[in-house]
Amino acid sequence: MMSTRAKLAILTASVVALGALAAGYAVVSARRTPAPAAAAADRAVTLRPGPRLLAVTDRHASTAALADPAGPRAVSDRECLRVYAAAGTGVCLAPSSPWSYQVVVLDAELRPTRRLDVPGLPNRARVSASGRMVSWTTFVGGDSYAGGGFSTRTGFLDTRTGTTVTTLEQFAVRRDGRPYRSADVNFWGVTFARDDNVFYATMSTAGTRWLVRGDAAGRIVETVRANVECPSLSPDGTRIAFKEAVDADPGKGWRLSVLDLRTMRVTATAERASVDDQAAWLDDVTLAYTLRSDDGRPDIWSVPADGSGASRLLLPGAESPSPLT
Amino acid sequence: MYLSTVSRPAADAPAAGRPRRRLAGVGGTVLALGTVSLITDVSAEMVTAVLPLYLVLGLNLSPLAFGVLDGVYTGATAVLRVVGGFVADRFRRRKLVAGTGYALSAVAKLGLLLAGRSVPAIGAVIAADRLGKGIRTAPRDALITLATPPDALGRAFGVHRAMDGVGAFLGPLVALAVLSAVGPNYDAVFVASFCVAALAVVVLVLFVRERPAPAGPAPGTHDRRVTVREAASLLRDRATRRLVLAAALLGLATIGDGFVYLLLQRREDVGLRWFPLLAVGTSLTYLLLAGPLGALADRVGRLPVVVGGYAALGGTYLLLAGPLHGWPLLVLTLALYGLFYAATDGVLIALAGPVLPARVRTTGIALVQTGQALAYLVSSVLFGLAWQVWGPRAASGVAALAVVAALLVSVFLLGPMHRRSPR
Repeated sequence: MMSTRAKLAILTASVVALGALAAGYAVVSARRTPAPAAAAADRAVTLRPGPRLLAVTDRHASTAALADPAGPRAVSDRECLRVYAAAGTGVCLAPSSPWSYQVVVLDAELRPTRRLDVPGLPNRARVSASGRMVSWTTFVGGDSYAGGGFSTRTGFLDTRTGTTVTTLEQFAVRRDGRPYRSADVNFWGVTFARDDNVFYATMSTAGTRWLVRGDAAGRIVETVRANVECPSLSPDGTRIAFKEAVDADPGKGWRLSVLDLRTMRVTATAERASVDDQAAWLDDVTLAYTLRSDDGRPDIWSVPADGSGASRLLLPGAESPSPLT
Repeated sequence: MYLSTVSRPAADAPAAGRPRRRLAGVGGTVLALGTVSLITDVSAEMVTAVLPLYLVLGLNLSPLAFGVLDGVYTGATAVLRVVGGFVADRFRRRKLVAGTGYALSAVAKLGLLLAGRSVPAIGAVIAADRLGKGIRTAPRDALITLATPPDALGRAFGVHRAMDGVGAFLGPLVALAVLSAVGPNYDAVFVASFCVAALAVVVLVLFVRERPAPAGPAPGTHDRRVTVREAASLLRDRATRRLVLAAALLGLATIGDGFVYLLLQRREDVGLRWFPLLAVGTSLTYLLLAGPLGALADRVGRLPVVVGGYAALGGTYLLLAGPLHGWPLLVLTLALYGLFYAATDGVLIALAGPVLPARVRTTGIALVQTGQALAYLVSSVLFGLAWQVWGPRAASGVAALAVVAALLVSVFLLGPMHRRSPR
């Protein structure tokens, strides 16, 4: 039997050794943190419409010329994890503390005009073509007792009236034409139509992910088609780019595809890699989206929307693409 | 007959002369196990707090894919928990099996570093962590029952669960402290969490003593190893059957925390940012009340305290279905819900422990806990259906009725058996 003194000696040695290991690793990993993006370019980032691509570079809003994306990039000091803009209005999902985030609405000069605290972690952000409707999605972790589970929160803001919907879960749901309700309903990935009232989004319930068509004023959504995630409406309003789970199983990855709303026909794009993003339309025929390498490093790629051609690298080391229209 | 008289057997009389001494506290082994649980929960909750940040912001993964796997893991760990309990009984190495569980969970923290962005690998690591938790729980609770006189079990479990709760409370704070110090380097949190978990294993090895099991049913036979047949005979034992059945029934009446918080949040439109605080409120009540309620259970009987706990659960569901709103609803609900956990989690095992034969007690405790865990799984599915069909408020009302029904049957099941239990 070991004496109490010997036990205490072993305990003390363990505390010191394990403490040193934890602290040592923390110091090494803190040193590895990349320095905040240097204000590389002296050109200012603006959201005024033009042939530029807005994106997130090293957690900061940045722009690059669409004609020469590899050329000099303007990086602002505005920190964003997701960004999007249209008609001179921007949305930026930004940290408000080390562990909480907010939706920041920006004017054309990147000045905040409105801030909204949101729960969870930034996932998607969009602005309607007119710049009036701003929408977002966050991931909310399950609480500790329940363990493991995640859900999403999706909301939008009408910048003209100030009306805010904090979660689409408040809306009535019609599935296949019938009223539907369930505790497990989750929404993500909103895209607004030209009239700033009709919108599309993903609704997940009972293991199926649906494309839903929503009416912002009527506070209702109805299902359109199964296995459609992260819809993005084309500028002409006729097609929806989306990620389609392979064999309807998100565990197998997603194929970037386009749904024609008139014929309801789906065309897969030439991008073969799994795309986990809400694509952006650069024009009526080209999509841009983020792909990640194994260590999580992002690059922005583009591909023709009609299934032809091949994908090409558009902007290395960036994510969350948005054309400035 | 009053419930209090049901659970106050005549054997209480001789014990009445020495209650004061018991007030002093609990045994060294219980305190050591409480310390191990406290440290382990700091480690576990550090990871729980940071995992979503890591998956979504560090790795940019879509975490929704993980929810699907949850049910499968729960089922798998339930079976392995019973196997672990049996191994602990057969070789009379409860400390070793518990230690293996703690060590497995510790190593899993490092596994997160190696898993990278591979979803199956992350899933496997999380499964290993759960498995570790599954196999250690029953041997640990068996160690507590074997190290404590039967009439002080309530207090012992109360103190243990309170220490456990303190750890769970501190974990997220430690994680935030690490992140504030090193920036968004989640791997530093995982390494720190591993170090904390490893320290818990050291404390277990050094300070938890496993007493030799008390003599078996007949002299000369207690050296014989526990066989599968003997463990299986537990299921033929009336008292054990009643215990497992009651535990499963009560589990069926529990709809799960996720639903309780979701209902509260919908009813009150709690700012979504404050949503996590609902769980904090519950765990604070839990860690404050677990000790006192355990001690109360030793005085008035364990069954009345468990009954009171489930009455608090029924009250929680009624509040969610009822007309009360605003701060009174929030505070009352979280207080009652924390009270439910404090009055039932440890006390139910304190009630069960002495009834189960010492030789196969770990297996028995594992059966009780597994019955409960599987019942949770069923009840959350049923409640989801009820929500869909009747809407959230009516579903809460039905859940409250289910608590009353389960409670009545459980009192019928546990009452007579509890009368026989040694005090």
